[in-house]
Amino acid sequence: MKTLSPAKKWNKYFTAGLVMTGAAVFLGLLGLFWTPYSTTAMSAAERFAAPSWRHLFGTDNFGRDIFSRVMQGMGTTIVISTLVVLFSGAAGILLGALTGYFGGVLDEAVMRVTDAVNGFPSILLALVFISILGNGRQNLILSLGIVFVPSYVRIVRGEYLRLRDADYIKRARLMGVGRFRILFVHILPNILPVFGVSVMIGLNNAILAESGMSYLGIGVQAPDASLGNMLSDAQGYLQAAPWYALAPGMVIVWIVLGFSLFSEGIRRRVE
Amino acid sequence: MRYFIKKSITLIMTLFLVSAAAFLAFQIIPGDVVTSILGTEATPEREEQLREELGFNDPPAVRYFNWIADILRGDLGVSYRYSKNMNEMMPVSELIGDKLPVTLWLAALSLVLITAVSVPLGVLWARSKSHFLDALLGVTTQAAMAVPAFFLGILVTYIFGIVLKFFAPGGYVSYKEDFRGFLGYLMFPALSVAIPKIAMTARFLRNSLLTEMNADYVRTAYGKGCTGRRVVYGHVLRNAMIPVITFLGMIVAEIVAGSIVIEQVFGLPGIGRLLISSVSTRDLPVVEILILYITFVVIFVYFLIDILYRAIDPRISEK
Repeated sequence: MKTLSPAKKWNKYFTAGLVMTGAAVFLGLLGLFWTPYSTTAMSAAERFAAPSWRHLFGTDNFGRDIFSRVMQGMGTTIVISTLVVLFSGAAGILLGALTGYFGGVLDEAVMRVTDAVNGFPSILLALVFISILGNGRQNLILSLGIVFVPSYVRIVRGEYLRLRDADYIKRARLMGVGRFRILFVHILPNILPVFGVSVMIGLNNAILAESGMSYLGIGVQAPDASLGNMLSDAQGYLQAAPWYALAPGMVIVWIVLGFSLFSEGIRRRVE
Repeated sequence: MRYFIKKSITLIMTLFLVSAAAFLAFQIIPGDVVTSILGTEATPEREEQLREELGFNDPPAVRYFNWIADILRGDLGVSYRYSKNMNEMMPVSELIGDKLPVTLWLAALSLVLITAVSVPLGVLWARSKSHFLDALLGVTTQAAMAVPAFFLGILVTYIFGIVLKFFAPGGYVSYKEDFRGFLGYLMFPALSVAIPKIAMTARFLRNSLLTEMNADYVRTAYGKGCTGRRVVYGHVLRNAMIPVITFLGMIVAEIVAGSIVIEQVFGLPGIGRLLISSVSTRDLPVVEILILYITFVVIFVYFLIDILYRAIDPRISEK
C-alpha cells in the first residue's frame, strides 16, 4: 500500500486552497488598516465608473472605490468569522471534553440538545438569538458563536470517547495524573488534526452566515463595509452597475471555495 | 404500529419542549414590552393596567399554558408594530395568513425542482464512464455549493431578469390576482433555492449509488443476465434512495431556511421577509410565532421521514 499512496505533504487541493485563502486573508487584513482609496470618500463625478485600472472593481452609487470597500469588507468578515470560530471552538472543546470523557447525565443532556440543534437550520437559531440580544457586531458574534457550538461538541466528544480508554491514557491515570491534565495535556493534542479540519469547515460556515446576516441587514451596519451589506446595497443597481454586486459576491465565493479546498487539502494530508 | 405510537409520543414531547423553550426565550428578553407600546411618557397607572391586561402579572407556568391554549384556539396574539387602525392592534394571525401561501408555494416548487433534476442527474453521474463528464459535474456541483444563497439569487436576477429578460425583477404578482403569473415569477426564486441543493443531492445520490453497486445482489443481477439499465433502475436505485430520502428531509428543513433569504432577494412577501423585518424592529410576538411555526414544520418533516423510512425499508424494523 505504501508504494501506491505515499503520504503527500503537498497536494493540489492544499496548494490551491492555501493560495486562495492566503490572498484573501492578506488583502482582508490589510484592508482593515490601509486601502488604495478611502472607503467612505464620495465623488459625484465618478459615480458608477466601470472597472478600470484606476478603479479595479469600478465605483458604486456614491463614487466610492469598490475594491477598497471589498478589501475592508473582507477584513471585517474574516475577523468576525474568526472570533465566532474561536468562541464556538473553545466552548466545543470544553463541553466535548467533559461529556466525552466523563459521560453521565451531563453527556446525555448535552447530546439531546446537540441533536435537536444540529437538525435545525442555523440561520433560524441565529435569528432567535439576534432578536433576543439585539442588533450589532458583538451580538452577531455571540449569536453565531452559540449556534455553531453543537457542531464542535459532537466532533470533540467523539474523539474523547475514542481516546478515553486508550492505553496511554489508562497508564497516565494509573500514574496518578490529574483529570484536568489528562483532558487538556494528554488527550487534546491528539485530537487537534481532526479538530483542525472541523475548524476550517466551521470558518467557512461562519463566513457564509456572517455575510448572510449582514445581507439581511442584521449584521454589520451601514457605514461600515461588509461583503454582505455591500451586496444588499448593490442589488438595487444591478441594471446600472452589475459589477457592484459581482465584486463582493465573487469575493465571498472565492473565500468559501478557498477554505473548502484548503480543508480538503489538510484532510488528505492528515489521512 | 408500536413504532408509530412511540414516535408520535416523542413528537408531542418535542413540540412541548420547543414551545416551552420559545416561550422562555422570548419572556426573558431585555426591554419592556409595555414601554415599547405606550412610549416612555405613560403614567405608572396606565402601565400597570396594560401589564394586567396582557397578563404579565401571572406566574410563568400559567402564562405559558394560557399562551399555548390561545395558539391552539387560533389566537396568535397581536403585533407590536403593525396596527389595523388607530385603536386596534394587528392580530398576528392576520399578518401571517396571506403570507404563508407564498412561502409554502416557494418551498414546494423548490422541492419539485430539486427532486426532478437531482435524481436523474445523480443516476447519470453514477453510470457515466466518461472522465470528462465526471470531472465537469464534480467541479460544477462544488462551485454551486460554494455560492451563498443570496448571491445566487442576485446572479439569477441578473442573468434571467436583466440580461435575458425572462421576468421583471421586483415585479411580483400576488397569487390572489394572477396565479399563473405568480408561479411564473416564483420559478426564479425557487431556482435560486434549488441550485445548491440539487448539487448536494446529486453528489449524495451518486455516492450512494456507487456504494450500492458493490453489493452482492448487483453481481447476482448481472449474473442472471440483467442489462446495466435494469440493474440500476430495478435493483440499485431503490436501495440507494433510502439514505437520499433522509437527506431530502434535511433539505426540506434547509429550504425553509433558504427561503427566508431568497424572499428578501426577490422581494417576495412571504413569512421569511416578515420574520426578518420583525427581527429588525423587535416585533417579538410575530418573531415568536414565526419561529414556532417554522420549528414545528421542521420537526414534523423529520417525523414524517422517520415513518416513511420504515415504510420503504422494512429491514429497519427488525433491528
